[in-house]
Amino acid sequence: MWAGADEKKLRQDVDRCLKERHGEENQGLLYAAHIAVAGAGGMGSHAAVALARAGVGHIHLIDFDRVDLSNLHRQQYFMRHVGMMKVEALKSILLEINPFLEISISECRVTEENCGELLGDADIVIEAFDDPNAKAMLVNELLERFPEKKVIACSGMAGYSDANKITTRKITENFYICGDGRAGVETEGTLFASRVSVCAGHAANKAIQLILDQK
Amino acid sequence: MRINGEDKNEYIGQSIQEMLEKEAYQLTRVAVERNGEIVPRSSYSQVLLQAEDVLEVVSFVGGG
Repeated sequence: MWAGADEKKLRQDVDRCLKERHGEENQGLLYAAHIAVAGAGGMGSHAAVALARAGVGHIHLIDFDRVDLSNLHRQQYFMRHVGMMKVEALKSILLEINPFLEISISECRVTEENCGELLGDADIVIEAFDDPNAKAMLVNELLERFPEKKVIACSGMAGYSDANKITTRKITENFYICGDGRAGVETEGTLFASRVSVCAGHAANKAIQLILDQK
Repeated sequence: MRINGEDKNEYIGQSIQEMLEKEAYQLTRVAVERNGEIVPRSSYSQVLLQAEDVLEVVSFVGGG
């Protein structure tokens, strides 16, 4: 996108802007972090954008699906992405925000069999699936097999009731859950970008806090 | 014994699996924390609840 001297200059400028806003030591920790986002729908796409804006250095996006026109009401995609694999589309969005991040993608479903291979390297995993069985499977699998890994899961962001019911709760030393814990799409019948992105903001904020609390 | 902040002494001596079924949880949608640790799913039927246990059952709902 930018050749030679221009790219070097842009990299320095981006680095300077991030360090000015976040602090130099903080930015070093954010650059070094590896975060996996499992699911690139409403939750995952909004959370990933927040992480990219923060300059999280290594972001792994995992999803099996393509962008559909029906996703645009709440997910971080645009008309030009319809038909693309979500992880490809989201990667391109993240690189528009910061072209110097390392964004890796996996086009697949996360299963009990492949989750170790897919997520073993990540310091923090954000669970951003929509199916409650898949959410529980991933959380249990990770916490049983990787007790040192930090897991941020999401449950309860459907509908349009007060957004301030959405919280971040610590369940165990390495397990956090964001959401209101109740409002599922199966009971509410609706999902809005406004409420889903509040929950995604909680998850991304907790991830950033966990990274910066290493100081 | 407390589950999700409520006294549930009626489950003392019963397994986590029995408690989850009686409380009408869907077993494929939960994660169970007991005294600060996640309980492996494979041991739900073996772990018997003790009087001093504090549990949190996280039950996932759909949407993301």
